[in-house]
Amino acid sequence: MEQLRRERLDRSLKVRTEGIYAISAFEEILYLLGPRLLFIVGILILPFILEAAPYWKRVINIMCAYAIIAISFDFLSNFVGLVCLGGALFTGIGGYFTAIYNHYFSFPMYLSIPLAAVSGALFCTVVLLPALPLRGVYFAIVTLMYPLLFSRIIEALNILGGTNGISGIQSFPNPYIEHYTVILILLFFLFGLRRFVNEDIGLVFRGVKDNDQAVKASGINVTTIKIYAVFIASLMGCFSGAYIAHLYMWAGLSLFALDFSIIPIASTVIGGGGTLIGAVIGSFILVPLSEILREAGTLRIVIYCVVLTLFIVFKSEGLMIYLQRKYHQFERWVKV
Amino acid sequence: MHILVYGVINSITLSLISLGFALVYSISRVPNFAHGALYITTGYIVWLFINKITGFPYLLAIILGISISGIIGALIYRLILIRIRGMEISEIIATYAIGVAILEGLRWGGLRGMTFTLPVFISGSTEILGVTVDFQRIVVVVCGALTFLFLYFFTHHTRVGLALRGIAQDERAAMMLGIDSDLTAILSLAIGSALAGFAALLLLPLGNIIVEAGYSVLIFAVAVCVIGGLGSLLGTVIASFIIGFAQILTDKYLSTHYQMVVALLAIIITLIVKPSGLFGKQKELEERV
Repeated sequence: MEQLRRERLDRSLKVRTEGIYAISAFEEILYLLGPRLLFIVGILILPFILEAAPYWKRVINIMCAYAIIAISFDFLSNFVGLVCLGGALFTGIGGYFTAIYNHYFSFPMYLSIPLAAVSGALFCTVVLLPALPLRGVYFAIVTLMYPLLFSRIIEALNILGGTNGISGIQSFPNPYIEHYTVILILLFFLFGLRRFVNEDIGLVFRGVKDNDQAVKASGINVTTIKIYAVFIASLMGCFSGAYIAHLYMWAGLSLFALDFSIIPIASTVIGGGGTLIGAVIGSFILVPLSEILREAGTLRIVIYCVVLTLFIVFKSEGLMIYLQRKYHQFERWVKV
Repeated sequence: MHILVYGVINSITLSLISLGFALVYSISRVPNFAHGALYITTGYIVWLFINKITGFPYLLAIILGISISGIIGALIYRLILIRIRGMEISEIIATYAIGVAILEGLRWGGLRGMTFTLPVFISGSTEILGVTVDFQRIVVVVCGALTFLFLYFFTHHTRVGLALRGIAQDERAAMMLGIDSDLTAILSLAIGSALAGFAALLLLPLGNIIVEAGYSVLIFAVAVCVIGGLGSLLGTVIASFIIGFAQILTDKYLSTHYQMVVALLAIIITLIVKPSGLFGKQKELEERV
């Protein structure tokens, strides 16, 4: 019996665009820039496209905020090897910090959000400091507890509005500022981080993930590297939290909710871990899906978890890596 | 006296909760984050048996509940975890996702409010050292001690138990001696899940079956295991005594809300002072930097 096997080869165009010839012709330039431009332009004109559907325009904001959290999870888990099951810690801290600045100190919004992002990130890093020498399972476990811990503390001490939360936070002056703040920040973090992980320090980050003993043996302090990574990741998470607090004009215990931990994880796995853009695409799929399923209540979380498990078990590469493969390579059947 | 008696009860409760998790992790290196979900599921299944079928014997319901929990644990390994064995991040996310899916599914399916309770085994109460203790809590203490003895005997004096320990200590050498790694992992998950179910049936009659308990059970189990050092049965028990008494003391002098805070603080202090946990020995260097 004649047996066939599938052979994968790089497209000639891909090979041509690898060196200096990338800028030799428009075809090559387009091949490289096409997908990026499609994404950037697409996301920039999205608010205008959805002008007809005002409800879905608000979904863009949430979608991008989740995308930022998802990038931070992807960065932390696939580049540094710290699986953070409590992403809600970052959103919660960011949200509460901006609420404090805006409500108690009456800072204007354009000051309170960046301030909340930076100080929240510092706070999260300090709080996570004892957990940083850990890795793998242990880190995941400890981070899982943090959002619960903070919501319990706020509940128990009845500070910061207690269970009612802090309301009356300043809102965005108009919808376009609302959209473009988060879209531009998302693009900044996405492309900035892609650059960043290919710098020298990115190599060290991956070293921490793959073989921390080797990093240690090279005279680099693993914990310091992890502190940098956690600061960057929590900066993104805290920004999202602060943004969401201003969007809803409210900061409450629901900022520590399970959604902020689970959806970013699910989007990263669905989109493809380790690609950063995959996390964005994953949340662009999942967040609208969750809006459609809004009536279903907690069934939404069940659906995410089932999809997540199926993806991990059967399609662990994720959508983005699959698409990249299709874009760069072609397949054919050859005789064994 | 109150502190002493309730401290012991609380500690035994914690060790019952965490033995299953500790067992699974020490044998198969799978962090079973679905532990809390299995705990609640068993309680719910037994509740269904005794409330939906009239005249269903409680004892039979308990036996069925524990077996179903064990079977679910085995199935989770056989169907899902076996495919992602060894990929740490995937294992964590997958078991956590399964756990959350079960818990939130139960919540969606109507497990809300205070109506779900299991009957106590023996009602009434007695006085020990001048403190009123109800019989259910005494049953918990006795069963906890028996479970610990049983596990010790099982892992040290039976063929299956020795095989499990062999896999836990050196997987390759154990495989060379003809011990099937996957089979022992399935077995360990089944036993761990059954232990979770057993703990649920002992402890749930003291309160309501609520979904939130699933999360806190997972967290306390993990706290105990981290402090005790994974892979050590004795460490688990001692750590649960430490956390148990700490909790009772906070309950007495501060407020019930701080119980979670105490667990986390205990973890953090342990990690700073002795990163491998109190009794953790296995693969200390590889796991924690």
